Formats: sequence, structure tokens, C-alpha cells
Amino acid sequence: MGATSIKKTIKNFGLPRIIIFSFFVLLMITAGIINMDVQSLMGDVIRRWGMYGILVLAMVPGIQSGIGPNFGVTIGIVGGLLGALISVELRSNDFFAAYASNPTLVAMMSILVALVLAVIISSVFGILYGMLLNRVKGSEMTVSTYVGFSVVALMNIMWLILPFRSQTSIWPIAQEGLRNTISLEADFSNVFNNLLGFYIGRTYIPTGLLLMFFLLCVLVWLFTKSRIGAMMAAAGTNPIYAKASGINVNRMRILGTTISTALGGVGIVMYAQSFGFLQLYNAPQMMGFSCVASILIGGASIRKARIFNVLLGTFLFHGIMAVALPVANNLIPEGNLSEILRIIISNGIILYALSKSKEEGK
Amino acid sequence: MKNPLRENVGGFFARNNVTILFIVLCIGSYIASGTSMSYLLPELFTRFGRNAFLVLSLLVPVVAGLGLNFGIVIGAVAAQISIFLVVLWGFSGFGGLMLCVAICTPLAILFGWLIGKLFNSMKGTEMIGGLVTGYFSDGLYQLLFLVILGGVIPINNPTLMISTGVGVKNTINLKDNLKYALDDVSMLTVIRVAFYVVAAVSVILLIFRIVKKQGLKISSLLKPLVPLAILYGASFIPAAKTFLDTTRLVLVTAVEIAALVTVAYNLYLIIRKKAINKEPGVPKKELARIGLMVALYAVTWIPQMYDAMMAVHLPVLTYLCIGALCLFIPWFMDTKLGQNMRTVGQDRGVAASAGINVDRTRIIAMIISTVLASYGQLISLQNIGTLQTYGSHNQVGLYAIAALLVGGASVNKATTKQAVLGILLFHTLFILAPNAGKALLGNAQIGEYFRVFVAYGVIALALAMHAWNSKGKKRKAPNEVEDGSMAIPFGL
Repeated sequence: MGATSIKKTIKNFGLPRIIIFSFFVLLMITAGIINMDVQSLMGDVIRRWGMYGILVLAMVPGIQSGIGPNFGVTIGIVGGLLGALISVELRSNDFFAAYASNPTLVAMMSILVALVLAVIISSVFGILYGMLLNRVKGSEMTVSTYVGFSVVALMNIMWLILPFRSQTSIWPIAQEGLRNTISLEADFSNVFNNLLGFYIGRTYIPTGLLLMFFLLCVLVWLFTKSRIGAMMAAAGTNPIYAKASGINVNRMRILGTTISTALGGVGIVMYAQSFGFLQLYNAPQMMGFSCVASILIGGASIRKARIFNVLLGTFLFHGIMAVALPVANNLIPEGNLSEILRIIISNGIILYALSKSKEEGK
Repeated sequence: MKNPLRENVGGFFARNNVTILFIVLCIGSYIASGTSMSYLLPELFTRFGRNAFLVLSLLVPVVAGLGLNFGIVIGAVAAQISIFLVVLWGFSGFGGLMLCVAICTPLAILFGWLIGKLFNSMKGTEMIGGLVTGYFSDGLYQLLFLVILGGVIPINNPTLMISTGVGVKNTINLKDNLKYALDDVSMLTVIRVAFYVVAAVSVILLIFRIVKKQGLKISSLLKPLVPLAILYGASFIPAAKTFLDTTRLVLVTAVEIAALVTVAYNLYLIIRKKAINKEPGVPKKELARIGLMVALYAVTWIPQMYDAMMAVHLPVLTYLCIGALCLFIPWFMDTKLGQNMRTVGQDRGVAASAGINVDRTRIIAMIISTVLASYGQLISLQNIGTLQTYGSHNQVGLYAIAALLVGGASVNKATTKQAVLGILLFHTLFILAPNAGKALLGNAQIGEYFRVFVAYGVIALALAMHAWNSKGKKRKAPNEVEDGSMAIPFGL
């Protein structure tokens, strides 16, 4: 009896998750053994949890509406970067200073403007992208990956020629072309991280960041419980049945794609404020992959995803990354072991999920 | 509306839109860049020699229904492991390259078998699976080259290893060992070796047939032997010997030889058809071939083209290998195994009920592709002369697939002709884009980004159009949509 119930629990939890969870615990113990500051490491884990969480959350509406894991979330990321850049541009023209003098308030205003612009721009991209995905039903994953790559490549050209003039954004000598990494020191870097933040021992809790992450999780959860959310999920799980019951499947898919893309835009702005920099050019290219990997680690499949998968997956995947980097550097300074680990784990879990998708479909 | 000509023309444009768009782009960027043919052509043929083999390695999985094999990266990885070992052991030249082949073939077979196994568990999502497998294998490769080599397996070689002794350096210079190992084999050597090999095979066959008391069929044996013998004999004439002793063939000479051989051969075919077999009708195919070669030859009389083509030096053996592969693939597709692959590619259900082992056939297709890709990477790297340990393999799949698609291939249909055309067009744009970007927008970087965008864009466009079209076809067959197969929310 006991053995079977354990087996069942293991099966429910999934072997990959058990391996990855054990790996995480092992890393933590190793960190403790080699006398690293486990408490501040834990703070790092929590910070990265909130930093990547919203990007991973963007996977949920995509999977539920039936387009599968949204490898093309990079499109939303690009929209979010545009929003943030415009906000930086406004700040450099003293737009916010005209309304407030308190630096925190100015930073708050600038990130809110960035978020709103990110949502607007990404939603427009998302609608177009959703219309494209409706025409390629059955090959969404491959098409979205390459559409995402193409958009990143196209934006590489745009970053060079768009008329941004803020001195913190463009190359100082050439006076044109956006920089590879743009510091947000003068803008909204860490504004949510510092909001109501406090220490437990030496573990820093970025309250504002986490609140924002949880708030969006709750909003998406409420949406999935709403009537229209249920319709979207029905369109995703069984389009024939949904169509028979009068649901416009294509429109639901566009809705899911748009929400996913808009969340991608919000996600990158939150990521950038926590990171302190905007990363342009090829930096967003592989972000879609790590988002997909995170939610799959959290127990989602390419057809089913819940908020819980986001919370668990982001915590495990980015937690491992946060701990592995200093631990690996401490143990084996040569080679870029944690980066190698990231590549192997993220792509390995995607392959695992793909190879399982057939059994699940039947 | 029912004008058949108009429909034909319209259909031609609709079918070849990517190719036509690319021709326009190439012409446009040629004009915009303001470069000359004598800059473009040598570059183009160098790149063609480097990449053709890799692009051709994509063909077999397409036919077998596995789509565009993004997993050729893994073949390239096998080649790079073998190069590292050969350089480490200190071998060089043609022998070193052959040792590379001997090492990378079993490796590529093993990798191909593994990918094939994996792809069998994700039927229908092979392409995204292949892409992810490529990234995954890159992670394992980095683990091997950055940590295990030197870290676990001690290697004492300061020229190859990072100064700490753990991990392989970023670049491995092949100048003193493998550079031009294949390119630098002279025509004379090729002819002599080919003559002796063919002669030996003929003798063995002859003995075999005598022992087995079969018909001798001497004429069929003489067919390849006689021209080789003539060439071999010619190599004793001093003037011919100096010509054949070179390793590079000037493009003008290559065109002249090709024109001469093609015209002579097709005239022979026409004479045989009309005078000996007395077949009715005009021999259109032969005449078209003669016309094409004459036109190509005429191009060499344009002064600018003559200068440009005189500047192109083709490495003979490399191009012979590419040519041999171009002949091998259509031949292979006509064998029993090739036919099986075609059937599997069209419909797995039909193939299975016809008694074909679908999974096994797919695995064989992947093995062939991976092995060919590893040879392709060897050819490419021996020409480039430096191995970027952590970079050379990364973009292999992207550029090869983009080139194939530019030639008009799609996810389920690709031919050697499309591959050749695609490589020429894609690399023309690749060479010209930075110059055109500089001339048009004053920034070469824009041109460079543009060509990367084009590579990704072409793949995205081709994948989207394939999905779009196959969806359209499904709509036309209503019973297919209405049955239970759509209970799976998306076929992936």
C-alpha cells in the first residue's frame, strides 16, 4: 500500500522534477559545505524567481489557448524593450521631472509608463502574431521559434536606425545606434526590488517585485476561471468540441497569444528593472527557450499548464542557475560550467517534454 | 481566366516565390553594392565549395518525411571531435584528413542513430526537436571540450589547451596540418588513383565472373575504364602533365571542358537516337542541354565575366566530391531503400501496411544525413583553415537550411538542383549584403544584420507557407477534418 502510494506520488510529481529538485537541494548543501553564504544565496534565488517569473507566466495563456509553448515570446520581449526605451527617452527629456521631484516617484512613474507602453506595443504585435499562428495550426512551435528569431534579427537593424537620442541609450562617440546594454541607473533600476524590501537574516526579500509577480499570477488565474478564460481553455483542449458549442476558436487563440505576448512585454520590463540593464540585440533570442524550459520543469506539458507550474518551475530552474554559478565557480573555476549546465538542463527538459507529447495526445 | 498560359505563369511564380524574391534581392544588392564580378565570383565559389556538401546532407531526411534536419549540427560536432583528435595526435595532410573520416564516420553513425531514435519518439515535431537537440548537443559538446578534456582526461598540449590545462582553446589553427588537405590534391593524383582503383575493381570483377562462369560483360567494364585510361595516358604528354599537376582549376577552363564534354556527349546521344535507333521526334532534352552549355560558354566571352572567371580557382577534388554526392543522392533515391524512404515520407501508415519498417527507415535516413553532414563540416573546415572550437558548428544548420529553402525546396520536397541553386543565391546575398548596406545606409553592420535576418526570415517564411498550404489541402478533403484525428488539439 505504502509503496504504491509513493510510486503514485512520484508519478504525479514527475521524474524530471524529482531529479531537478534533488539537484537543487544538493547544490544548496554543497554551497553550505564549502562555506558559502547560503542565506544571501537564498536571497539571490528569490530575486531571480521574481525576475523571471512573469516571463514564464507568459507561457500559460499560450499553452491553454492551444498554440503550445510560446517560443515566440521574444516578440513580446521586443515590444517590452521598445516600451522601456521610450520611457528612457521621455526621462532624458525631463518629462517625468516636470511632474515630480522625488527620485523614487520619478522612477515609479517611468516604470509604469514603460509597463503601459510595453503592454500596448506587445499587444499589437501579439494580435498580428496570433493571426499568423491561426494560419499555421499544427506547426506552431517551429514557426513561432523562427518568427521569434526573425523578429530579433529584424530588430537588430531597428536598434541601429531607430531615432532614440537619450545619452544613456546611444553609443557615446558615434552619437547614433543603441548600445548593447543600457544602464537603467538613472531610470527605474531596482525600483520594485527596493519597494518595501527587507532582510530576513542576510536574505533579502524584494517585496515589490514578488508582489507584482504574484499579482499577475492571480490575475491570470482569475482570468482562466472567468467565462472567457474557460472558453479559451476549451478552444485549446478540444477545438472541434469548442467550435460545436459556438466558441470562435480562432479568436480565442488570438486572445491567448496576445495575452502571452503582452505578458512577455511586462516580463522583460520587470526583468530589466531587477537586472538594472536593458539588453538589446541578440540577448532576447534564446529567452523564449528558457521560459519554455522553466514551465516544463514546473510540471507543465506542451498541452497543459497551470499557475502552479510557473511558480515551481521558475523557482527550480532559476534557483539552480542562481546557486550553480557561484558553486561551480568555487569548485571548478575553469570553463563556464553553470552556463553549460543551463544549456543542458533547459534543452534536455524541452526534449523530454516533446518526446512525451505523443503518448499524452493519445 | 482560363488561359492556361496565364495559369502556368501564375503557378510558376506562386511555387517559386522565395526563389524569385531572392533573385531580385541578389540583383538589387549587386547593383547597390557597386562591387564587381571579379570580387563576387571567387568568393561565391569558395563558399559554394565549403557549404555544398552540408546543404546536400539535408536532402535525405526531407524525402523520408523528417522535414528539415536541424540536427546536422550534431554531424558537424562529430567532425570537430575528430579534427581535435587528429590535430592532437599530430597527423597532417591528406592522410590526416582520412583519419578524420575514419574517426568521425562511426561517431556520426552513432549520433545519427541516437537522433533517429529520439525523432521516432516525437513524430511530427522533428523540426523543433532537431533544433533543440542541436542546442542540447552543443551543451554536451561544451562540457566535453571545456571541462572533461583536461579536467578529467589529462592532456598535455599547450598549443591546443587553455593555459590552465583545463579546456580546449577557442580557436585551433589548422594551417600546419589539415588546411587544404582535400583541396590540395592535384588532378594528376586524382586521375591516377581513380585509374588504378577502377582497373583493380574491373580485374576483380572479371576474375569473379570467370570463377562464377557468368557472362564476362567486358564492354560494361570498359566503359569507365577507357576514358580514365585515355586521361591517364594523356598525363604523360608534358604539356598535359603540367596542366594536370595543378590542384586548382580555373573556372574558364572548367566551363570550357564542361561545355566540350556535354556538347560531345549529347551530340553522340542525338546521333544514336536519330541515325542508329531512328527514333521519331526532335531530341528536345539533348538540344536544350547543348544550348545551355553553349550559352554558358558564351558568357566567358564577355570581358568582365572572363576576368572574373579567370580569378576563380576551383579545388578539383573538393568539387569532384560535391559532384559525386549530387549524383549519389538521386541514384540512392532510386534504390529499394530510397524508394522505401519516399513511401515513409509520403505516408507512414501506407508504408507500414506495405511492410516497410518505418522506424528503421527513418533512423537510416538520419544516419545518412548525419554522416554526410560530418563530411561536409570536414570539407568546410579544411578549406577555412581554422576551427572555432565553440562556434564553427553553431550556425551550420541555420545557413544550410536557409540556402536549401532559397533554392525552392520545402519541408517535404527537395532536390539536388534546388540545393545547388539555393547555395548560389543565398551566398551571393551573403557576400553582397554588407557592401550593399554600407553603400545604401552608410553602415556595413546593417547589411550584416540584414543577412542574418534573411536567413531566419527565409526559414520562418518557408515553414509558415508549408503549414499554411498543408492546412489548405486538408480543408479540401472534408472527411479528414471531421474524423477523430482532430481530437488532438494541435497535431504539432
